Amino acid sequence: MSTKGTVKGIISNLVIVTVDGPVLQNEICYILTGGTSLMAEVIKVIGNDAYVQVFESTRGLKVGSEAEFTGHMLEVQLGPGLLSRNLDGLENDLDKMEGVFLRRGQYTSPLDETKKWSFQPIAKVGDTVEAAAWLGEVDENHQPHKIMVPFVFKGSYKVKNIVPAGDYTVNDTIAVLTAEDGHEEIVTMVQRWPVKKAVTAYREKPRPFRLLETGVRIIDIANPIVEGGTGFIPGPFGTGKTVLQHAISKQAEADIVIMAACGERANEVVEIFTEFPELVDPHTGRKLMERTIIVANTSNMPVAAREASVYTAMTIAEYYRSMGLKVLLMADSTSRWAQALREMSNRLEELPGQDAFPMDLSAIISAFYGRAGYVYLNNGTTGSITFIGTVSPAGGNLKEPVTEGTKKAARCFYALEQARADRKRYPAVNPIDSYSKYIEYPEFEQYISKLIAPDWIPMVNEMKTLMQRGKEVQEQINILGDDGVPLDYHLTFWKSEIVDFVILQQDAFDKIDAVCPIERQEYMMRKVMGLVRTDFHFDSFPEVMDYFKRMINALRQMNYSEFQSGDFKKYENEVDAIVAERKTVK
Amino acid sequence: MATKAFQKIYTKITQITKATCTLKATNVGYDELATVDGKLAQVVKIMGQDITLQVFGGTEGLRTNAEVVFLGKAPSLKVGDQLAGRFFNAFGDPIDGGPVPEGKEVEIGGPSVNPVRRMQPSELIATGIAGIDLNNTLVSGQKIPFFADPDQPYNQVMATVALRAEADKIILGGMGLTNDDYLYFKNVFSNAGVLDRIISFVNTTENPPVERLLIPDMALTAAEYFAVEKNEKVLVLLTDMTLYADALSIVSNRMDQIPSKDSMPGSLYSDLAKIYEKAVQFEAGGSITIIAVTTLSGGDITHAIPDNTGYITEGQLFLRRDSDVGKVIVDPFRSLSRLKQLVVGKKTREDHPQVMNAAVRLFSDAANAKTKLENGFDLSDYDERALKFAKEYSSQILAVDVNINTVEMLDKTWQIMARNFKVEELNIKQQFVDKYFPKN
Repeated sequence: MSTKGTVKGIISNLVIVTVDGPVLQNEICYILTGGTSLMAEVIKVIGNDAYVQVFESTRGLKVGSEAEFTGHMLEVQLGPGLLSRNLDGLENDLDKMEGVFLRRGQYTSPLDETKKWSFQPIAKVGDTVEAAAWLGEVDENHQPHKIMVPFVFKGSYKVKNIVPAGDYTVNDTIAVLTAEDGHEEIVTMVQRWPVKKAVTAYREKPRPFRLLETGVRIIDIANPIVEGGTGFIPGPFGTGKTVLQHAISKQAEADIVIMAACGERANEVVEIFTEFPELVDPHTGRKLMERTIIVANTSNMPVAAREASVYTAMTIAEYYRSMGLKVLLMADSTSRWAQALREMSNRLEELPGQDAFPMDLSAIISAFYGRAGYVYLNNGTTGSITFIGTVSPAGGNLKEPVTEGTKKAARCFYALEQARADRKRYPAVNPIDSYSKYIEYPEFEQYISKLIAPDWIPMVNEMKTLMQRGKEVQEQINILGDDGVPLDYHLTFWKSEIVDFVILQQDAFDKIDAVCPIERQEYMMRKVMGLVRTDFHFDSFPEVMDYFKRMINALRQMNYSEFQSGDFKKYENEVDAIVAERKTVK
Repeated sequence: MATKAFQKIYTKITQITKATCTLKATNVGYDELATVDGKLAQVVKIMGQDITLQVFGGTEGLRTNAEVVFLGKAPSLKVGDQLAGRFFNAFGDPIDGGPVPEGKEVEIGGPSVNPVRRMQPSELIATGIAGIDLNNTLVSGQKIPFFADPDQPYNQVMATVALRAEADKIILGGMGLTNDDYLYFKNVFSNAGVLDRIISFVNTTENPPVERLLIPDMALTAAEYFAVEKNEKVLVLLTDMTLYADALSIVSNRMDQIPSKDSMPGSLYSDLAKIYEKAVQFEAGGSITIIAVTTLSGGDITHAIPDNTGYITEGQLFLRRDSDVGKVIVDPFRSLSRLKQLVVGKKTREDHPQVMNAAVRLFSDAANAKTKLENGFDLSDYDERALKFAKEYSSQILAVDVNINTVEMLDKTWQIMARNFKVEELNIKQQFVDKYFPKN
């Protein structure tokens, strides 16, 4: 018999329930009120009192209301049909909900229970299998969706029987497995998993090293992210966090993209709903929506479900990773998630840490980022979850707990900067403060040497040094005046400006410039570094600015032209002609 | 709100703080309203039989044997067409001497719109103010605040915007309005002869501050009625949201909650988002657009209130007095409308985005020239022309007292640019130059 309880106290969405039996920490219960049931999660237990956070409004709830405990933690359903869905933070299908407004107590399944999937078996009768082993495959939006042994199964099993190729619904039995102790388990296409636990049904998690191409030059060239890597984008409002994140999610070379809109603007989610079904995936030519799952908990949706939403998104990502797919998970914004933790911690009257955030905030963030990664599955194939979160630092101050906690966990740092945004230098990623730790990995260096060229990393470092030098020189010019510094300084500064304007800046709203494939990035990088290494002769500093402005203009026209097209070559010739004017002949 | 015969009356208050009182009672719902000696209060905490009430009017002079009656409902508003043209207090009671309007009783602070049922905003809201229409175009379903210092004429500009915007209903939510400002709004609306389109919920500085927590929800509940049931375009004006947030911090402080940044409650973001996210474009044509005011302290936008607001709203508008022309303008540098891309050049003339960017860029060249001048450097010919352009642009286009439509704004901007600059200094696409650059 499951545990029951009665409501004893209510403070906003924290409810105290007196229980008549055992409860689990993080167990899900339903509180009955006014004909609906409100989903809630146990977050603290004292004696017979379970403190639960309710995922919905508690308006009108009374002392004495009944609660039913489910015996399990917050779970999601995993199966074919999740792609292209618009889900809420608790994995309800938003499209299936009735009415314009979200009514509380309305729960809808993310999966279509009547749709028939064309199943192809992979395992054979007599095979020994374990959790996450592939039993068969269905085609979900052109992705080979593996039907797996549920992650919750412990130990090894023998396949007793498996259905032949054919059309089945998600709830049809597709295999029967015999455990070592002889008991039998039925497997369908659906399985459940508690979201707060990491799925660890893989063999090994090595250091990631394969470049994940995003088509954004300042990322791919200067601060590359890898398949299974982690990164974060902090930035004050108005610096283009969302534009950058949308650009990455549209262009990244991933099989599956999961967008967790966590406590952000509803109109931004509507933008994804409206645009993604129309936009084309640059890598496959199919509609972007086909590979996308949206987990939307906008800022006006219940706070407790906001905390759950990032875990829901991560669990779905782990599910697809176990099929050997490349998953990209984007969360906008992890600060809102941290604020949800803060609100609850506050109601629980826990001793606060810095800025009233819970003391273990940093540990919670690290544990979450730790679930991403590149893995070798038990069958030897690989899969990955690349995770990029945005952070909305209060007052634009990067010394706040969420940014600092994330900095310890994420390996790439894309610092959006107000000053750069004000000068319309987009993406406003600060070229000097930002970093990617992966660029230092020998595995990555080896990989990129093969993928691009052996001189690639030295060239990137040379570029970064130039940017640093350019900034120092600019500061000196600002102090000493244009004519107070040697002519060389102006040259160095303008060379760094070439890199900034042509490589680092990119127009996310231009059809061509928005996506820059890696071959094109290499071409432009070599072009620009060639210019940077050239010696030019000038007589006075005013000549330098005009000259380089012309060169930058021609180079940017190259960026706006189709790669290797007539226009592209025309502008390239123009650049070469400009160079010839002042090149020092040795 | 008369006491009904069958309602139970409690007369034993066990605890009183500055804003709350506690008593023993049963069968009480969370968020439920009560009266304490006639003063309105709301249930904020239930612990067994102990019910804690937040008394909106404050607890000064409250007696321990006060009569407490629970009303069995959350704060609500009677919505209907009779709301139009009326003035109410924070509880939705008329303050204009008129009768209590009839209508359907709806709980305020209702559920949010399912995001998949929203439409992408796409209709331009014309205000006649170029600093808005030309540079920071508003779109129906948008939420945007004025970030203003208390001495700036934000209420005047907002009233102007409200009157010019072609909204079916304008709902004013006044929080901590001075009596003078309240009368100003009342007069402006009466004189313009648009009272039948206006509904006001007003909490003045003379009313208890905690009461103003109800104002945004009252205003937005009325807005939802007209936008959903009548498919009307509703414009909601909220002034001043900083005073709303201050009231939040008063309550959380008295509830012994741990303050976060700038002594604001940790839930400030969610509290503000719940209000602003009511801005929406519905499929059936109705929409709610929110224009708010967030007053700043010394222009500091890193304070928790403007900072959290900026993360929620779709841009912000800054007012500035341009000392060169002696007029108030909408600052083209710091202001931003995030949704303008959805309409500029699409719902307006094709050259709009390019003209807008070119003019702002030239205006910024003028600002640089001015800095040069102030630092004692010589000005180039270009600098001189930029400064002349800036004066004309500021007084004839940006000033908030100019009222022209977008086509006139574009034509006039072309003329001012043409008077001061050569074509190649504008950096505008050739096709637009050919079509719109003034020939003489």
